[in-house]
Amino acid sequence: MPLLSFIARRLGYSILVLLGLSIVIFVIARIMPGDPARMAVGMMAPQWVVDRLREQMHLNQSLPVQYVFWLRDALHGDFGLSLVTQRPVMSDIVEFFPASLELVLAAGLLAAVGGIGLGVLSARHKDTWIDSVVRVFSYTGVVTPSFVFAILFVLLFGWVLRAFPVIGRLSEQVAAPPVVTGLMTVDSLLAGRLDAFVDALHHLVLPALALAMGSIAQESRITRASMADNLGRDYITAARALGVSERVVMGRFLLKPSLIPTVSILGLDIASLFSIAFLVELIFNWPGLARYGLSAMLHKDLNAISAVILVLGAVFALVNIVVDLIVAGLDPRIRLAATRSQ
Amino acid sequence: MGESADIARELSIEASARRIRELERASRRENLGRAWYKFSRNPLSVVGLVLVAAVILLAVFAPYVTPFPRHAGAFTDFAHAKVPPGVKYIFGTDQIGRDILTRIIFGLRSSLLMGVLVLALVVPPGVLLGLLAGYFRGTWVDVLIMRVTDVFLAVPPLILALAVASVLQPSLWHGMMAVSLMWWPWYTRLVYGLTSQLRNEYFVAAAEINGASLWHILFREILPNTVSSVLTKMSLDVAWVIIIGSMLSFVGLGVQPPEPSLGSMVADGARYLPDQWWIAVFPALAIVVVVMGFNLLGDGIRDMFASEQA
Repeated sequence: MPLLSFIARRLGYSILVLLGLSIVIFVIARIMPGDPARMAVGMMAPQWVVDRLREQMHLNQSLPVQYVFWLRDALHGDFGLSLVTQRPVMSDIVEFFPASLELVLAAGLLAAVGGIGLGVLSARHKDTWIDSVVRVFSYTGVVTPSFVFAILFVLLFGWVLRAFPVIGRLSEQVAAPPVVTGLMTVDSLLAGRLDAFVDALHHLVLPALALAMGSIAQESRITRASMADNLGRDYITAARALGVSERVVMGRFLLKPSLIPTVSILGLDIASLFSIAFLVELIFNWPGLARYGLSAMLHKDLNAISAVILVLGAVFALVNIVVDLIVAGLDPRIRLAATRSQ
Repeated sequence: MGESADIARELSIEASARRIRELERASRRENLGRAWYKFSRNPLSVVGLVLVAAVILLAVFAPYVTPFPRHAGAFTDFAHAKVPPGVKYIFGTDQIGRDILTRIIFGLRSSLLMGVLVLALVVPPGVLLGLLAGYFRGTWVDVLIMRVTDVFLAVPPLILALAVASVLQPSLWHGMMAVSLMWWPWYTRLVYGLTSQLRNEYFVAAAEINGASLWHILFREILPNTVSSVLTKMSLDVAWVIIIGSMLSFVGLGVQPPEPSLGSMVADGARYLPDQWWIAVFPALAIVVVVMGFNLLGDGIRDMFASEQA
């Protein structure tokens, strides 16, 4: 079963990379000046409390030993207490992660639909005014940082047009649905609350769009370029000469192979959307993991910082594996190579 | 008689050597002319070049070209706070009465410094590691370098840069170090790919057989063949580094007040939306213009090298 062993190999490799990442994070957390035990109990605590905590945190042992203890706890999901919220970091993450996930998934959806749509539009009307408009748009999209889009959107759609809310995930007068998945839109549908669903969706549009703009632009450029490349290939001419309908030529023969580069870049983009979300969540006051991580960084809350980075690293690795599988599904050559290397 | 023939031969050797040198010089001139032709054929590349030149000149001569150079620092003038854009203050003033145009122009300095210094810090070690790993492909050197590279590529660079910047005391220099720490793997990976192909070329084998040193093979035989790809990546990366730098200062982990930077100006101004929109919007647009300039220029440089190889 080449597919299974392919997945197994990728998973194993990702675990090694994450182990490496955990070392990097541990080192970063330990180069920070100051005594972690003292920071955990505060300046007013007596010295013997600090000493006992140092003992408990294994701070008196050598760095490699400390790392092993730290890693053992981390593997059990125990990253210690957050200095800011005074709760276990893991329960903070469980609470805040779904909001980020919802935002990133919505943005990824917008990026895929918008980017591929615009790219196809541009390629089909190559060298017309439609193409020019799309290309100018995508160039602007690529060079504009997401937080600039976020601010312009808040100003334009939130304040001038008053078309969308710009703060949080739900209006105050709408009661939140019971938490099942943590995704506000899914939860309200599960609870059968259409009003909450519409309100949550309404809140989701602007931040997701601000987050997605860069990817939409990037994806449409790549789709256009690879469609334009493939358009000149002999097999397209052959298909047309054989009288295959233009829709089949465009959809099956041209679009499918042209999507391979788009999908690979889209995967990388979705993973980095989690990092760009750091800024977008800040502007829209979106209670997600990124905003949590950022406040941890501004307060030098090391336990929370380490956990956020490791969780995002794991998500990044997972997304990459999924993308590789999708690309293998689209591209028979890769499937073939994977089988041959067995 | 023998002597004069020798002299004649020497003279002709000298003459032909001179002729070869002349031809080389002419062809170099021609190449330069051709490169410029390829670059300037796309008007957008020229726009990029002009934008970048303008940004650099403005940043360098900021104290002389700005209307209120004193506003670049810790200056306050509450009588003229939050003045909308007009004749005296073209882009308006901020919450404590400083001219926004002046602060944007001074803010270009830290953006440029970031872009240039990060690449200067990142490219030499990144390229060197890529050369080594590629040349020793399949050995423990390759495994060690490329696995470490993978670890640094396992998280989006912005997140680790934010984490490192937050652990250090926030400042422009620490921000730069944080971004640099995350950026070198991209160059290692690029040069690794190129080198592991180039090492199978005959000219490398010839150098090896002649007993050339490792230094000679890496830097004289292989490195010159990677330069155009590295330069292309660098020219496109400047824009990315400037964006990441502005993000760092936007969240408060980059340039510290009262020093002006485009990112922190946007962050400050965001608190005065929507009524005093100009405080955030003009610095935001300035970022877009700077990044676009570098991006267009980078595209032009890429096209120049791309058609050269074809």
